[in-house]
Amino acid sequence: MSTTTSSSLVINDYQPPAKSVWRTLRASFGHRGFAIGAVLLMVILFAALLAPWLAPYDPYTQDVMLRMKPPVWMANGTWEYMLGTDKLGRDYLSRLLYGARISLFIGFSAALISGIIGTIMGLLAGYFGGKVDAVISYLITTRLAMPVVMIALASASLIGGSLKVVIILLGCLLWDRFAVVVRAAVQQIRDAEYVASAQALGCSTLRILASEILPNLVGALIVVATLEMAHAILLESALSFLGVGVQPPIPSWGLMIAEGKPYMFFSPWVIAIPGVALMVLVLGINLVGDGLRDLILPDGRN
Amino acid sequence: MALLHVENLRVEIPLGQDTLHAVRGLDFAVERGEMLCIVGESGCGKSLTSLALMDLLPRKARRTATRLSLDGIDMLTRSERQMCDLRGNRLAMIFQEPMTSLNPAYSIGNQLCEVLTRHRKVSRKDAMLRAAQMLEKVGISNATERLRQYPHQLSGGLRQRVIIAMALMCEPDVIIADEPTTALDVTIQAQILRLIRDIQKEFGLAVIFITHDLGLVARIADRVAVMYAGQIVETAPAVELFENPQHPYTRGLLASIPIPGRTQPGQPLGSIPGLVPSLVGEQHGCAFRNRCPQAIAACAQDVPPVESTDHMTRCLFATPTSGPAAHTALRHGGALS
Amino acid sequence: MSGFLLRRLAIALCVAITVSVISFSLLHLSGDLATAIGGPEATSEQIEQIRIQYGLNKPLVTQYFEWLGDVMRLDLGDSFFFQESVYNLIASRLSITLGLGAMALGIALLIAIPLGVLAAVKRDTWIDRLALSIAVLGQAMPSFWFALMLIVVFSVTLKWLPVSGNSTWAHFVMPAIALGYYATPAIMRLTRAGMLDVLNSDYIRTARAKGLRPHTVLFKHALRNALIPVVALAAVEFGFMLGGSVVIETVFSLQGIGQLAWDAIARDDFPVVQAVVLLIAVIYIVLTLLADVLNALLDPRIRVK
Repeated sequence: MSTTTSSSLVINDYQPPAKSVWRTLRASFGHRGFAIGAVLLMVILFAALLAPWLAPYDPYTQDVMLRMKPPVWMANGTWEYMLGTDKLGRDYLSRLLYGARISLFIGFSAALISGIIGTIMGLLAGYFGGKVDAVISYLITTRLAMPVVMIALASASLIGGSLKVVIILLGCLLWDRFAVVVRAAVQQIRDAEYVASAQALGCSTLRILASEILPNLVGALIVVATLEMAHAILLESALSFLGVGVQPPIPSWGLMIAEGKPYMFFSPWVIAIPGVALMVLVLGINLVGDGLRDLILPDGRN
Repeated sequence: MALLHVENLRVEIPLGQDTLHAVRGLDFAVERGEMLCIVGESGCGKSLTSLALMDLLPRKARRTATRLSLDGIDMLTRSERQMCDLRGNRLAMIFQEPMTSLNPAYSIGNQLCEVLTRHRKVSRKDAMLRAAQMLEKVGISNATERLRQYPHQLSGGLRQRVIIAMALMCEPDVIIADEPTTALDVTIQAQILRLIRDIQKEFGLAVIFITHDLGLVARIADRVAVMYAGQIVETAPAVELFENPQHPYTRGLLASIPIPGRTQPGQPLGSIPGLVPSLVGEQHGCAFRNRCPQAIAACAQDVPPVESTDHMTRCLFATPTSGPAAHTALRHGGALS
Repeated sequence: MSGFLLRRLAIALCVAITVSVISFSLLHLSGDLATAIGGPEATSEQIEQIRIQYGLNKPLVTQYFEWLGDVMRLDLGDSFFFQESVYNLIASRLSITLGLGAMALGIALLIAIPLGVLAAVKRDTWIDRLALSIAVLGQAMPSFWFALMLIVVFSVTLKWLPVSGNSTWAHFVMPAIALGYYATPAIMRLTRAGMLDVLNSDYIRTARAKGLRPHTVLFKHALRNALIPVVALAAVEFGFMLGGSVVIETVFSLQGIGQLAWDAIARDDFPVVQAVVLLIAVIYIVLTLLADVLNALLDPRIRVK
């Protein structure tokens, strides 16, 4: 649009040579958002994976004598129970660490399931077009018209909340963005030359989908997956908060907030701490996702 | 005294560690009522020059000059606010792409009027009347009807006429036209060209017409400045330039145009071998020397301009007076894009 | 234009119906309604009674079409729990949720648009980065947690705002903030992106060349075009806010349809849940249509088609 760039030849000479994976990786850490996000994410991943060794106590052990101890930075806090204890006397730090496992597990699994569903739908719609596309697009529109939170609440309440239920439910609800992105990408690629040549060579549809189209979607898929993972984690925390998600005594951060709610007026740290943890995790995922999007899809705006 | 004086205009664009010297010390002047054509190929810096004059360069670009004055007003020291007062008012600009140069959300009338109401104390009603007058001046019939229309309802040629009308609303001293006909059909091109020339005569405007098309230059220019790689390599009155080109580049350009009556059918057109040099980093010497058939060692030093009455050439070989030798080096010419 | 609109309406209707089918099946297939209504103490005869009374012994498809027929006549059935018609329940609370949503959207726009414009104008400076950081942080907080923290700060510590109830506008401030901030990042980003895009366009260059003052260029020329997609997004976000009101209203006891839905869910009050889900889906769909219409109205290039 603008004619203000000078010597086109000169500017073109200045482009860096084709990017290699290594260069992309190096570049990604230059991207400040991505770097911060990656660090946050790795800290939580670290905490989650090493929870059994890092946690000073068993997250399920109750001791009524020790209930509602404040964290170490407050008046009666001790280093023994660094983040205090909850209403049943369970060590908060330990619960927090194990809670990381829950959140990550749920986020990852839900994103995986919805990713598979959405990708298949997107592939079919994008590749075959016509009636198949019409049907799938209709399904996507329908899904977008549904109030996700309410449906999730209703379903979870009916079926009965549990870790498994939450994962499957979220997996069945969060596939829309995958489908949309994959569909759009496939439509673009479908008409590309190398697909035509594959077809000319007589490759089966499945083979084309798998070997030609899918590899090119990986970038977009990863970006959407990170976003949906964050989405799933937030939804699970809301479900658990209202009591229809993960059930006690499992240390879901959302559940911890719910359990702490009656005490929030006098001991706000009970709800503050898990909330901050959630925020840090989701922030990390979002930053990584945004960073990846900037790096992999530089011209995309979605 | 010339209306517009430009001395040693430079535009630099930082590129990471290096700097792109896009415009390297331009000197030129425009008289009242004169049509100066700046000719050059893509990338020679002519568009940046026009933006530099208006102080509309992109954020990263840096402009410097020894002198930049319009009718005695020093434009180098004007604040942004003061420049805003000049733009559209005494110094107007017409751009290359008529299809995208108008705001799609507002009517033609609205966009025409706002120039006038911005710079003059007139009522909206009077502004609309003037706008209608201007539209008629640029050859648009049904002016009042058109005022209510939106840009997307007009063709490219019509839009360019509107843009010209917009530039004229405050009767500026200078109009800078940056390739105003390049994006138009050939037939429309001719119409717009004629229009610009007529308008110029009628309003007594100074026009700086930027183009890559020598044929166009031949038709309308009073004076011509040939730009290459960020510098003006030759300036002369139009007739003088075409009859007696001094700079090897100018000669090369002229040799690449088919001349009706002279160029034989099937005769290959000349081209200038080589590529435009990179303007990144420090520049020394004549920028054309790597492509010039006459280049010598001395050309690697900065070349001072050779002046004669009205004709400036930045070349060691330029002869102050015209000579027949000028035409013999025309084996090589330059294909313009 | 009208043909296009008609087609969209037809599809919208089908989508609404599909949503209702989904929610209907979900509710009826996930458990035995009669048992749920009867409660843990009910005997099998009582359960049978309930089954007949509510028509639960008919085939599912029949039940659905009967329900659909009723809905068409705005008969949304009676609440299992409240002994009141669902219609009345919803009608009395809808305005609260709509008000909350409007306020939330208003807050979001009020914060996001100026931030977005600022970020675009001061691109790549610390202001831009700060705005983007606010956006990113905003998207990472769970809304219910943000709501609770707001309560702790503004109700408990500062004692400025009331915790629950819905009698005065002050009761809506915190809920509106908690609900609205989630839309802020998206709106801010879109505004910023739109502005950056528009500010690079040729007609802005023309506007500057005309000597128009910077604020004229920004607000008259740039914003007008940059905000077109934002209006559409705002309409859609409003829909999301209505859906997300469930959690916020519950935390603040606002007695809107969000809280009604949650209470109904908790009590297996299916007619209510069904109706609310359908209502919100219909509102979503209407809003999406509205978004398209607004787009067409605001962008004169589309209008001509």
